[in-house]
Amino acid sequence: MISFSGVSKRYPGGQEALKNISFAVQAGEMAFLTGPSGAGKSTLLKLIPAIERPSSGSVVVNGQNVGALTPAAIPYLRRHLGIVFQDQKLLYDRSVYDNVLLPLAFSGVAPREAARRVRAALDKVGLLGREKANPVQLSGGEQQRVAIARAVVNRPAVLVADEPTANLDQESALRIVEIFVAFHQVGVTVLIATHDQGLAARFGQRILRLAAGRLASTEAGA
Amino acid sequence: MRIWLRHHRQAFAAALGKIAAQRASSAVSALVIGVALALPAAGYTLLESVRALTGRMALDPQLTVFLRGNAARGDVDALAARIKSDPRVAASRFVPREQALKELASVEGLTDVVGALESNPLPDAFVLRARDPDAQAIDALATDLRREPSVEHVQADTAWARRLAAVTRLARVAVLLLAGLLGFGLVAVTFNTIRLQILTQRDEIEVSKLIGATDGFIRRPFFYLGLLQGAGGGLLALAIVWGTLALLNPQIAALAASYGANFRVAFPPAFSTFAVLVLAAALGWLGAYLSVSRYLREIQPR
Repeated sequence: MISFSGVSKRYPGGQEALKNISFAVQAGEMAFLTGPSGAGKSTLLKLIPAIERPSSGSVVVNGQNVGALTPAAIPYLRRHLGIVFQDQKLLYDRSVYDNVLLPLAFSGVAPREAARRVRAALDKVGLLGREKANPVQLSGGEQQRVAIARAVVNRPAVLVADEPTANLDQESALRIVEIFVAFHQVGVTVLIATHDQGLAARFGQRILRLAAGRLASTEAGA
Repeated sequence: MRIWLRHHRQAFAAALGKIAAQRASSAVSALVIGVALALPAAGYTLLESVRALTGRMALDPQLTVFLRGNAARGDVDALAARIKSDPRVAASRFVPREQALKELASVEGLTDVVGALESNPLPDAFVLRARDPDAQAIDALATDLRREPSVEHVQADTAWARRLAAVTRLARVAVLLLAGLLGFGLVAVTFNTIRLQILTQRDEIEVSKLIGATDGFIRRPFFYLGLLQGAGGGLLALAIVWGTLALLNPQIAALAASYGANFRVAFPPAFSTFAVLVLAAALGWLGAYLSVSRYLREIQPR
């Protein structure tokens, strides 16, 4: 579903964030991407929705060579991916409901169907009762769950999350990862970046370890 | 197709929503545009009315040929034949001096003056209409007729009609220039309001790009916003012109009546009204387009 082969990423100015990365996440698989901050986790994840482009090598998502996509094709790639950003990127000028509705507006889903899907997504993350609230009224964990609901409202086959548990207490963090596991169990391909080795190890899934821009080791899941 | 329509409906609703959310600043922008457009629109309306007036005068290419008092009957007949055969003359009428005096006596206020005259001081005359209403052609014809021996004087009063026509032509160019400048101003005003709108919605645009909105989807509401703002300004400009005319026309008519004329500034016809609206909307759209092309590209999420 996601496959990297010989991927390097060098930022303008010479800093090499990723060096010769090769791995594949199969359809329906769940994997953690770990490593200390600065190891290149965010850069790697940004290559998947073409927020960044690889300097060399190829990134193939869902059969598409992402690095070769034209700018006009990128929005359609992103619609088929569920992306949870490190800083959530919620909009604070509108309700939780409208935040989750946003991706459906782009794809032109009919209003009644859209309302149904937004409720279903909020239900899956346990926030159905808070749909009218503004995101600022929510706790950090709840905001993260809104971001997840927005990522899954288009029913993507692939879910990518960058540090979804950062700044959360242990209990909230577990709750978040459990939500991702639930999506994995219904067949969604999930890739989560986290610096928290312990958390990643608890779920018995495959772990890809990054260190200084190289893939240091991979551990198969239990 | 259904999705395309839905997108446009959404974008239109979003634009209306933004206007409603920022009623005060939207009203001020529309007012600025309205006042700016009202100036050339009013100028154009006034010019159209004056042009209709001068058009009527210029289309009346009348010459009066006065004969010498001592012209012999034969000479008069020869001149009549000469005038009739001239291809430049559309129609001619001989006015004997007796009839001219009668006509003069029938003019109010002159009856007594004419009655006091001992003899008829008026000459025989031909009143003719030139085929070509152009002032130059009329002058050429007048010059030729002046050479005839039995002709004392040819009056072709094209000069002031020409002057008026020249003035209206000049005013027309001035109004066009003004319209061009203020149209440019309209584009600039829209450009700036859309720029501010893009900046305040930076987060939304960035997030939308990140989760799969096409550029077209992001741009559309701004185009509608520019379009609506331009159209709103155009509507306001028309309202200003109509209101001004409604207030001024009774005074203009009263002033004209005191000169014995019947003149009022006509309200702009339906076509011009429609043209002003379409033009204002198009310029608003153009401002939005320029602004969006310039500033949306700068928002590239990282």
